[in-house]
Amino acid sequence: MHTPSSPRVALFVTCLVDLYRPEIGFATVKLLEQAGCDVEVPETQTCCGQPAFNSGDNRSARDIAIRTIEAFDGYEYVVGPSGSCIGMLHHYPELFETSDPWHRRAQDLKARAFEISSFLVDVVGLDNLAASFHGSVTYHDSCSGLRELGIKAQPRALLARVEGLELKEMKESETCCGFGGTFCVKYPDISNRMVGNKTANIAASGARTLVGGDLGCLLNMAGKLKREGHDVETRHLVEILTGCSDTAAIAEPADDRTRLARQL
Amino acid sequence: MQINSPRFKERAHQALDDANLQRALGNLKAGFPQKRAQAVACMPEFDDLRDQARDLKNHILEHLDLYLEQFESKVVENGGQVHWCRTGDDACQTILDICRAVDAKTVTKGKSMVSEEINLNAFLEANRIQPVETDLGEYILQLRGDHPSHIIAPAIHLNLEDVSDAFHRHHRRPKSDDPAVLMREAREMLRKQFVAADVGITGANFLVAETGSTIIVTNEGNGDLTQTLPKTHIVITSIEKVVPTLEDMTLFLRLLTRSATGQEFSVYNTLSTGPRRPGDLDGPENFHVVLVDNGRSDMIGSQFQEMLRCIRCSACMNHCPVYGAVGGHSYGWVYPGPMGSVLTPQLVGIEQAALLPNASTFCGKCEEVCPVRIPLPKLMRHWREKEFEKHLTPRAARYGLGGWSFFARRPRLYRLLSRVANRALRTLAGSKGRIHRLPLAGGWTDWRDMPAPSGRTFMQQWNEKKAGETAVSREKKA
Amino acid sequence: MSKAEILGNVRRGLKRGEASDAQRQVVRQRLENRRANLIPARAQLPVSGQVELFKTMAREAAADLIELNTMDEVPAVAAEWLRHHHIEELVCANDEIVATLDWAGTADIRRETRVARAGDLASLTSCFAGIAETGTLMLYSQPESPTTLNFLPDNHLVILRRSQIVGVYEDAWQLLRDATGGKMPRTVNMITGPSRSADIEQKLQMGAHGPRTLVILLVND
Repeated sequence: MHTPSSPRVALFVTCLVDLYRPEIGFATVKLLEQAGCDVEVPETQTCCGQPAFNSGDNRSARDIAIRTIEAFDGYEYVVGPSGSCIGMLHHYPELFETSDPWHRRAQDLKARAFEISSFLVDVVGLDNLAASFHGSVTYHDSCSGLRELGIKAQPRALLARVEGLELKEMKESETCCGFGGTFCVKYPDISNRMVGNKTANIAASGARTLVGGDLGCLLNMAGKLKREGHDVETRHLVEILTGCSDTAAIAEPADDRTRLARQL
Repeated sequence: MQINSPRFKERAHQALDDANLQRALGNLKAGFPQKRAQAVACMPEFDDLRDQARDLKNHILEHLDLYLEQFESKVVENGGQVHWCRTGDDACQTILDICRAVDAKTVTKGKSMVSEEINLNAFLEANRIQPVETDLGEYILQLRGDHPSHIIAPAIHLNLEDVSDAFHRHHRRPKSDDPAVLMREAREMLRKQFVAADVGITGANFLVAETGSTIIVTNEGNGDLTQTLPKTHIVITSIEKVVPTLEDMTLFLRLLTRSATGQEFSVYNTLSTGPRRPGDLDGPENFHVVLVDNGRSDMIGSQFQEMLRCIRCSACMNHCPVYGAVGGHSYGWVYPGPMGSVLTPQLVGIEQAALLPNASTFCGKCEEVCPVRIPLPKLMRHWREKEFEKHLTPRAARYGLGGWSFFARRPRLYRLLSRVANRALRTLAGSKGRIHRLPLAGGWTDWRDMPAPSGRTFMQQWNEKKAGETAVSREKKA
Repeated sequence: MSKAEILGNVRRGLKRGEASDAQRQVVRQRLENRRANLIPARAQLPVSGQVELFKTMAREAAADLIELNTMDEVPAVAAEWLRHHHIEELVCANDEIVATLDWAGTADIRRETRVARAGDLASLTSCFAGIAETGTLMLYSQPESPTTLNFLPDNHLVILRRSQIVGVYEDAWQLLRDATGGKMPRTVNMITGPSRSADIEQKLQMGAHGPRTLVILLVND
């Protein structure tokens, strides 16, 4: 139902969430609806084009940008659970000459595109968050969100309102985890050292759950935490904010989780 | 210096396994970033200073010809000479000619990255002139036949034992593992060299057009002894270092040391203007400025012009997680870290340096700390564009990217592909929730597990949910 | 030849030929106006505050700072400092201030007025200004104050009068221009604490190649 007071918001699912962790998409929708938004998921969205952009393939990036601009045409806001992908949407104007009509449309999309935590805090001022989480978490600041979109205080402000949650900051929470999109494939051993430094800081924080706002980074860190045998769970911010902790965490087997729940 | 940048991957791999290097790099990570943060916290205007510095550098670059001509005329007015050198070879030859004209046997040298860039030491040695590095770090490296791995802390890759060994071998004194003793030893050894040298060569941090002065910013005092004691002082520097006035230089000085070592100010900021004056009892009789271009003027008007704002503070590498993991030598040439990944392709050619602009996660930390706000990730990305245009991007990556972008432009096919991949990954993971070893993704699974999708794709589930809701509402209506 | 090539290439990059009159005017004005850029608030203080800030910053930079009431006290205090450090000789600058000191009662200290030589243990000079912002001394080369005195001896004693302390670097540049008729001295040294290096394992060691100690004799004139 669309009323003038409920903004029409398009969810940008992002390809990793679509492929790996639909829970994040559903949790994002839930939060947006809780904030009074009318949420739609445009069918023609695919990927933001960042792999092409960061590989210097601007032609492909431009083609994909045009597709994406069209997919999200007409929505008041475009919101996604990733600082990195939304950050890419903010790069779109760079792909077009200023004289190109697509440049203006790219600017227009940029002005409407928000990462979920910043949308909830800075745009709609969500005030009816009613989640609880019993345990300690540590928050990793993903680079694109932090440095391209200025996301630092927003997720912490939201986590502070989750009943029972204790935030234990890790050392160097702003240092890159080594994912870097294609970087982790091009330079796997350097990436591995970086994520190893990260997991050491995560473990040292004493928190039982790692939380972040970008699934790419979370897959990287969760994969390393599991390989190293750390007893730390990994979840996206929106899962915590919607109280989804009854589902298996990232890289955890579903049945393990159920078994654990039974033991508790 | 030989260009080893094409071997970045191999060298980085070795660096990651080198326990001594890793220990040494730990000193860097624990030092400079924290000290910089403290210094910045004590200077509330720091970000405003950065804005002004960026704008001023842009102004200078737009009028670079005028400021350089003004600088030269002032140097000449004060009795010095300016030598314009298009290439590194020109600069080496110019310096050799100056040395020969005064029949020089030995030259002392303050730290200069431009001299590393043009391979000056090797050239002088080949022409039977002995250069003696006097900066403690550079001196250690010279004894070891080594090269700098950092632009302001050249020996950052070494540990105490390395220094101790090198000194023991060359000084023929009892071995010590006390840094204070080692430094005293270097002080004594170099004192003789300072006094004996025929020519002193220093770099310059800035050139002041208003006065024709060059300035060096140092902590040790070696640069001052290098330039004051010999009869001839040669300043080797590059064209982008000119600033209009002393006031403008001051803006950069406030940023430079805080960004670099986190000091409030370096111990010695020394301005040199021409040779000794009538009545002076010390100071050089000849003053030469060797002004090197070596590819820089090509950057003006290009996508890389902003790189010419760089004041060589090293903040970008001090904060770079990639540099911190692999150290400066991995980059294979003179300038490491993010600034090097932008500059090296320009100075040695993108063909040789293609791997460097890719050795970044684009985490953006370098840009965050750059005192002149150079958008380093953006400039590295521009190099990647050049590589893609020139077909330097590895073939597998090109094909992968091409295939992926084909699907990304076709939503229906893309959905199908996502569903297939999702299904395949879940099948491979079985009930474990993650994959220990994934064919063709060894880069990932050699070191970490690959989390498995937690269910069918979001789009599948969402569309089913929507279809269900529509059905329910249709039933209700019916 | 190279000069023409380099400047030609610069201009090509800037997409212009020789600079226009308007561009030359902009540059000329910048050079002539010598306008200050942003000056941090830190040192924009009344004089007494500047002096206090200078003392704090100089000490933070590891300088020894000794306060004296009059210039007459300098010889005795300098001699005492040298004795305490078992030094019996002092190389002096020949500037107006140092040359007119009365050294009565310090016969045990050998004084010489000359340039510095390798092996000198201590020197005494005056200076041109003290800059509160970072506790920095400004000195410049003249026949009476050779630069080697600032670098070769193991210990550098510097006389600074309270009235010479200014707030920020910009104040010192203006004073310098006034004092030298706008002609830059051959060498201008800005010195902030004693020589140091962290080139061995990033651990700070004092006394690399310049003086191991910097003693500021601050005279409250």
